[in-house]
Amino acid sequence: MMETWWRALTFTLGYNTSLVTVGAMLLAAAAGMVGSFVLLRKRALVSDAISHSTLPGLALAFLVMGVWQGDGRVLPALLAGAAASAALGLWLVQRIGERTRLGEDAAIGAVLSTFFAFGVVLITVIQTLSVRGQSGLTGYLVGATAGMLYSEALLIAACAVGLLLALLVWRRDLLLLCFDADFARTQGFDTGRLDLLLLLLLMAVVVIGLKVTGLILVVALTIIPPVAARFWTDQPMRMVALAALLGALSGYLGVSLSSVREGLPTGPLIVLAAFTLFLVSFLFSPRRGVLASLLAYRRLRQRVHLRQGLLALGRDEPIFDGLTLKLLQRRGHVRRDGVATPAGLAAARDAEHEERLWALYRRRYPDDALHREHAGLTPIGQVLSADAIMALEAELPPTETAR
Amino acid sequence: MNEFMMFSLVPLTVAIIISMTCALLGNFLVLRRQSLIGDAISHVALPGIVVSFLITGTLASLAMMLGAGVAALVTVVLIELIRRLGRVEGSAAMGVVFTSLFALGVLLLEWHGAGGVHLDVEHALYGNLESLIWFEGSSLGALFDPVALADLPPQLGRAAWGGLVVVAFVVVMRRPLVLASFDPDFAASMRARPALVDLLLVTLVAVAAIAAFEAVGSIIVIAMFVCPAAAARLMTNRLGAQIAWSQGFAVAAAVVGYLLAGEAPRWLGFEVSLSAAGMIATVAGLILLAACLFGPCRARTGSAQHR
Repeated sequence: MMETWWRALTFTLGYNTSLVTVGAMLLAAAAGMVGSFVLLRKRALVSDAISHSTLPGLALAFLVMGVWQGDGRVLPALLAGAAASAALGLWLVQRIGERTRLGEDAAIGAVLSTFFAFGVVLITVIQTLSVRGQSGLTGYLVGATAGMLYSEALLIAACAVGLLLALLVWRRDLLLLCFDADFARTQGFDTGRLDLLLLLLLMAVVVIGLKVTGLILVVALTIIPPVAARFWTDQPMRMVALAALLGALSGYLGVSLSSVREGLPTGPLIVLAAFTLFLVSFLFSPRRGVLASLLAYRRLRQRVHLRQGLLALGRDEPIFDGLTLKLLQRRGHVRRDGVATPAGLAAARDAEHEERLWALYRRRYPDDALHREHAGLTPIGQVLSADAIMALEAELPPTETAR
Repeated sequence: MNEFMMFSLVPLTVAIIISMTCALLGNFLVLRRQSLIGDAISHVALPGIVVSFLITGTLASLAMMLGAGVAALVTVVLIELIRRLGRVEGSAAMGVVFTSLFALGVLLLEWHGAGGVHLDVEHALYGNLESLIWFEGSSLGALFDPVALADLPPQLGRAAWGGLVVVAFVVVMRRPLVLASFDPDFAASMRARPALVDLLLVTLVAVAAIAAFEAVGSIIVIAMFVCPAAAARLMTNRLGAQIAWSQGFAVAAAVVGYLLAGEAPRWLGFEVSLSAAGMIATVAGLILLAACLFGPCRARTGSAQHR
């Protein structure tokens, strides 16, 4: 089992499997890129509406090809049908959002459920006819790469490459649209058409991905890798590149895992691989991850307690807080019975001085002080130049001890 | 007539009850722009049911509903966790969670699919409205015959209980519910607990979705959460009237959709019947389309016109 997986991972499991793997990787990369822009535009779930609304087109195309040729499984025709009905669904989502008072969520929900339901009705029609290859149609619900023909894999890979190139060409325009549509408009961009372009690219990704992950799960490829990538960087272009990378990685892992055993569905495995990558990012990203946030919170708390404890020491006030006492003891500022050590007194004097400097700074330069995060906890020497500190110190009113 | 009693009365009644229940809650979801939570919850019912089957080994209704309920709760909690801790936008967090859980459900299902269990993805999506046959319902008298009534498909009772719970919730909680839907900040300042109301609403959505799921599948559930309420929103500016419209639309969609699925092919000369659940949802969508085109209150008011 492990050996089969290893052979799939190293592309030595046959030409067809390798081609499918590469196709899925390219597709997932394109989905990650397009999804990043859509995520930044805050319309992540539009792809859900698109993917569900492909079903009636798929079913109709299957019906037509089945009646015409006896077998409905003609991938190009099915994809064309899917694209046509997805375009209609997309247009309806846009129009409902623009022309009526309904929110985009209601438009998405209405379009996805109605189109999918109509597709289901069409499928029951197909089931009553004697058209061959009916089981091929349910493969579009949850994805099936196992029985994929060579020509189909090639078509998917070629389309994915085309999409990647298109995204590379238009990346700057799309980015401008996502961050500041009004500015883009003043710069002479037609934002309506850019929006359309973005949605068309999204639609193309979804339609091509149907065969790989199935129409319910292709949404995941456009949402999960971008969300995961967002944890690692604040720079949009890096995020797009990272989303493409994470997408390709999930495609790679998913397809190779599904070739381990007969009958393992590809789509769910790709999605779960993507989710695993997301989970790792969510927990362990050094910038926005949960673990990093927890650590940062702990550090801040310790610093606040330490500073307040030292100030209390300097003012000769009793300390009752357990955490404060523990922190002071650990640094040797107080003895076990709570009495300050000489080192602790010196530290307390420093802390008090620091506090007075910060207070003066905040009074003199309130605007600058607002821009500094947690001003007053960072040592002032790390923030201001030596000259500025000297100037501040010269202005400090004399303390009682100095007198 | 007898044929109608036996084959159509129960499915039609179940469809009407479920449509009205979902549409009632849908009013609040549409107002709060949370329509897609219904979508998410009905997707994760599948993994819930599969996991409960793997644990208990039965397809008993109670175990299934419990599994789906737990899955719904897990989903809501996960969405909130990712949204708050990861600072991810709400709809994206939703997309991450429900697609992953659905993928898990499909994977588990296929993994154990070889066991010949009667449980498949299509069934979960399309439901099985047509199979709710009332064998004892052979004549009008059966409606008053306790022996015959005891033979009613259990899905009817579950749908009715779910509906009652939802109606009771809306009636009891109507003031905080309305307040939290229109102005959560004000509701918070009035100590109306908008967060608690949110959680209760989501729980009730899960109850409705699960009660409906077994009989009609998840597609019709999503359609009924969104379409009638959205259409009603375009008909009036008053909440009471909106709820009334949505109930009317829901009943109309259920009746027309059911009849179309059963009868329309016969008019065209085919001896088949179409998916009733799919047809009901389609009709609901068509009603919304009509409301979008002709509803008296369809336009946005105020100056915030979209370009």
